[in-house]
Amino acid sequence: MARYQNIFTQVQLRSAPETGIALPAGDEERSGGTTFNHWAGIIGQAQIGPIYLGWLGVASLICGFLAFEIIGLNMLASVNWDPIQFMRQLPWLALEPPGPQYGFSPFVPLAEGGWWIMAGMLLTASVLLWWVRTYRRARALGMGTHVAWAFLSAIWLFLVLGFIRPGFMGSWSEAVPFGIFPHLDWTAAFSIRYGNLFYNPFHALSIAFLYGSTLLFAMHGATILAVGRYGGEREIEQITDRGTASERAALFWRWTMGFNATMESIHRWAWWFAVLVTLTGGIGILLTGTVVDNWYLWAQEHGYAPAYPDSGIADPAGLGSIVE
Amino acid sequence: MTQDGDLTRTRLPLAALAVVAGSLALGGCELAPKVSQQNGYRGTGMDQIYVADSEIREEVPGPPYELPPPGGQTAGEFYENVQVLSNVSVDEFNYLMAALTEWVSPEQGCNYCHNPANMASDEIYTKSVARSMIQMTQAANTNWSDHVGTTGVTCWTCHRGNNIPEAVWTLPGEPQRGIVGNRNGQNEPVSNTAYSSLPQYSVARYLLGEVEPEDIRVVSKTMHPTEANTLSTMETEQSYALMMHMSDSLGVNCTYCHNTQSFADWNISTPPRATAWHGIRMVRNLNGGYITPLQPIFPDNRVGPMGDPYKVNCTTCHQGQNLPLGGVAMVADYPALQRAPQSGWLPSQAAMDMVMGTGADEPEDGVASTE
Repeated sequence: MARYQNIFTQVQLRSAPETGIALPAGDEERSGGTTFNHWAGIIGQAQIGPIYLGWLGVASLICGFLAFEIIGLNMLASVNWDPIQFMRQLPWLALEPPGPQYGFSPFVPLAEGGWWIMAGMLLTASVLLWWVRTYRRARALGMGTHVAWAFLSAIWLFLVLGFIRPGFMGSWSEAVPFGIFPHLDWTAAFSIRYGNLFYNPFHALSIAFLYGSTLLFAMHGATILAVGRYGGEREIEQITDRGTASERAALFWRWTMGFNATMESIHRWAWWFAVLVTLTGGIGILLTGTVVDNWYLWAQEHGYAPAYPDSGIADPAGLGSIVE
Repeated sequence: MTQDGDLTRTRLPLAALAVVAGSLALGGCELAPKVSQQNGYRGTGMDQIYVADSEIREEVPGPPYELPPPGGQTAGEFYENVQVLSNVSVDEFNYLMAALTEWVSPEQGCNYCHNPANMASDEIYTKSVARSMIQMTQAANTNWSDHVGTTGVTCWTCHRGNNIPEAVWTLPGEPQRGIVGNRNGQNEPVSNTAYSSLPQYSVARYLLGEVEPEDIRVVSKTMHPTEANTLSTMETEQSYALMMHMSDSLGVNCTYCHNTQSFADWNISTPPRATAWHGIRMVRNLNGGYITPLQPIFPDNRVGPMGDPYKVNCTTCHQGQNLPLGGVAMVADYPALQRAPQSGWLPSQAAMDMVMGTGADEPEDGVASTE
């Protein structure tokens, strides 16, 4: 019985490596050869390679590397090129966007945010090139392009935070700094400035889909592992040739909650939940400061925030409370 | 069965390892008993959690001897060159000097401020500083009762036996040019920002009088964007940094003063928010009226990188407690510190006298002209 209760994959195949289907005319060859790795086989497929980098992959990695270097070297410079202080203070260090005095101008002195713009441009180029790659590699394999569109949803949120919304607001100073604590402090300051992001309904949707994704992932992973003893991990085959693993998994959920997803539909659930996290999140961020300046007041107006009893504290400045 | 036996043998050390690792991980947690106190409407998360014995009243030094009865000759009549306590009786003056020495210079004694050969001499700069500090204490107790209540403050509240209080601040250095050594005025763990990556200059910005205290308010009063508030997220970090400083100083979280549903709203806030509002203005007054004017007389080892003297922020008195010293009303034993500051002596004039010689014109930024 205990052989089904393993954390790691128990069986590793060793045979002639799979090299994949023939590539369309005009594509480069897959490269790097193939090898088998025992430790990779513990958590996934033991076969490593072949890989296909192509010019998109190479260009993406170069842009990504340059962005990474600009950010890292700016942080290292900020501690006077001291590698020990760089390691000690790394969580605090940042590459900050231009201040409000520069508006949304692309021409900013390097030391006052120009490096941030350059790092952002290179990072965006890297991510977009990698996106095209995920699309084209899927097509080359005759697959659907679901991965590419899901990735694009994440890119949407990334671009809203760093480029689209700052553009609408006309100020780079609305954008997120690169840095560990600095980007977290930005997040809290953003919520404070715009009257509590908790009351932004798109923020709420994004969180619901985020937590929903983890729940679905846990339910699905647990279900498949639980019917692994009946071949349930062969999910794709079970879509068209439903076996006892599929039947038992379905019955389990009908027993426990009255409804079951199918071997196919559960993956649609998961895909949409994941995609909607960043899709709704990006909408929520984009509306903040452009359409709504105080989400608490917006939520009061729309009967969405509860009103709590007056605590009887008056503003000593006599400016009046913002909610009369 | 054999298989089960094998598993038991391999699992036991694993379980033991998990227990040891778990204990080590929890070793970082504070095991002291906590008390929680609800300070707002239920369901709003408005609770303060304290370590149970953190709010006890602190041991403070008692009076040097019994407070002398009022009356008799005043210090101004009896001694030469008494400036800020000349209306106090000689006996109480000596009593206060004895206490003050214990609070501020227990090791150096009277000579920290006085020339023992001529106690009336103003040659040591610390004497002028002490005069200004006495006026500052009197001002805090008489003009700022909205903040200090009836508890009041004494020199001990900040000094605690040190020449310079432990928690003081000076202006950060010049803004850097270029990227080398340039933190953009933030992203460095310092106490003024509660060790966050928020801007370091915010305490100076709001507690020195550079901007109006109302500029702390960053939240819009309208649902939709208007020209009335064009503050950016980056600028909001200044206000956020000050709030983190206050939170860290008082050992409380945001909900001690605010309902986080809406930070800006006063009518769902708690009474301490109004106390803090007066506190911000008090600190601006103390820094601007009693410390900054002394700038010219401080020696190089008593100023920051920008040449400005050590100044007051919330931590200077509070030192991690929402009531400094756990709420002990020390000042009750020192009536002289509860009087309004005497007129006729200005720290700015004293500083000017020390630098330029007596009789120089009074500078315009004296106490009288500050808020």
